[in-house]
Amino acid sequence: MTDALPALTLLLVDDEAPARARIKELLQDIAAELPTRVVGEAADGEEALALIQHLRPDVALVDIRMPKMDGLELARHLAGLPQPPALIFATAYDTHAVQAFDLNAVDYLLKPVRAARLQAALEKARLVGPLTTERLTKLRQDAGQGPRRHFSCHERGRILLVPVQEVLYLKADLKYVTARTREREYLLDEALTHLEQEFAERFIRLHRSVLVAKDALSGFERGQGDGEDGGEHWLALLKEVPEKLPVSRRQWSHVKQYAK
Amino acid sequence: MLRLLLGANLLLAGGALLLAPRLGEWPSQFVELAAWTEPVLFATLGFLALARNWLWHLRPLTGQALVLGLVAAEALLLFDFWHFMGLTEGGWGPALRVALLAVALTLPLLLYFSLRARAFSPAVAEARLQALTARIRPHFLFNSLNAVLSLIRQDPRRAETALEELADLFRALMRDARDLSPLSTEIALCRQYLGLEKLRLGERLKVEWAVADVPDDALVPPLMLQPLLENAVYHGIEPGDGPGCLRIAIARHSAGPGGAITIELTNPSPQGQSHHTGNRMALANIRERLDLYYDLEAKLESSDSQGTYRVRITLPLRRQTP
Repeated sequence: MTDALPALTLLLVDDEAPARARIKELLQDIAAELPTRVVGEAADGEEALALIQHLRPDVALVDIRMPKMDGLELARHLAGLPQPPALIFATAYDTHAVQAFDLNAVDYLLKPVRAARLQAALEKARLVGPLTTERLTKLRQDAGQGPRRHFSCHERGRILLVPVQEVLYLKADLKYVTARTREREYLLDEALTHLEQEFAERFIRLHRSVLVAKDALSGFERGQGDGEDGGEHWLALLKEVPEKLPVSRRQWSHVKQYAK
Repeated sequence: MLRLLLGANLLLAGGALLLAPRLGEWPSQFVELAAWTEPVLFATLGFLALARNWLWHLRPLTGQALVLGLVAAEALLLFDFWHFMGLTEGGWGPALRVALLAVALTLPLLLYFSLRARAFSPAVAEARLQALTARIRPHFLFNSLNAVLSLIRQDPRRAETALEELADLFRALMRDARDLSPLSTEIALCRQYLGLEKLRLGERLKVEWAVADVPDDALVPPLMLQPLLENAVYHGIEPGDGPGCLRIAIARHSAGPGGAITIELTNPSPQGQSHHTGNRMALANIRERLDLYYDLEAKLESSDSQGTYRVRITLPLRRQTP
């Protein structure tokens, strides 16, 4: 036999400190068969996202229900990293999430976790590797999770989080979607139609290529010229920025109820 | 009681409408009729209140017949009194008419109550109470077990205490929860529950109790407060960005005949929490239980504004009979 494999590096993500302590005990118990090293701990998804980019663990053990950013949203943002960690989800009881995992053949742990089960999951995670974005999107939908709380934007190899509440409108240009906040614009690697479905409560479509946050609308005015079918059309005015967004004829009947 | 007064007065208003030749005379006609009926109504209510325990032992039909007889007799007495005062003519014909009218007014009300009683018959009501008695969230059970497991090696004594509390809590949750339970018992149960939550949530959960001059033997529906707290922890504390505070205020009020208790629970309501359906179901559940226990005399209000969620329950004060 050659030397044992190098210890697997782990990040533990759970909002309850006792739950993280329990996992560490179990990891010690199985250390002889499966050497591991816990490189960090996080109490919510945001903290975990920062630590993962910094520490680059092999595997992250992630609780589903956490404040600020839940486990499934964290997974979604991680999928954009060049070398994301393999993920193992854990939950105490969440029928929807468990069904979603079964449906998408994703491994998960039920708390309280048993040592043997933890070991099996870690070994599998090492072989299988990270999840794809498509599978994660499907997973979130199947789990009946609400919309994300952040968009993620990749800039120079880092992930920037943009709180969904701060986005005034989303505009599709060729390959990318631009998210406009009061301060600046961010490029998102997502499809406008998916965003429209996920955030239907918050954003409404003005135009083939524009979604606007309902509460960012301040009013409408009549505009001339460059509408898609030429001639007269409506322009939406926004509260915090000077841009005027065109409203297509087809969407006008849905949008005009938001005029104040 | 309230339903009885309202029902009688509604019938009265209807009757007055029939009798009044023009719409303008309706109110005066109503007052005149009220002068006839209210004394009978109040005398009957007084009698019913006094003879309640005795009436319970009779067969329903006998009881109803008795009430009808009583109303007729009261009407006759009143008629005699008016006659004596010289306000109406005497004679057997009008007297008989008055007695019959009284019976005709009472009969629909009695029918309504017997129908209502059948809908809420003890067996049905009991089964519904059983079904409605809130069950603990599995989420809480498994997370607590997990927290206790983490204590076993580091702090075996604390783990022991925690398991004992968990056992007590489950005993209370699984007991037959039909009868009203002393407030002090319910508060003790809630403290145990919050202790267990504190074990896993640590500093994130802060609790403030304000219990002001409420008698210890005041009776409240069993297992009503605990599920509310559990909801508050699940929706208000767990998803919160930082530590959050649960505030439970219980106070006595002088409103109503025997006084009332208000129970008010406030907790933070983190934004972006869209899955409040579970919470709404829990509230609807409690509302229905309050209805079964107190009919119209209890109420539940809830509000969610500026990041604070508030539930307020008002109950008539009932005390343990020694």
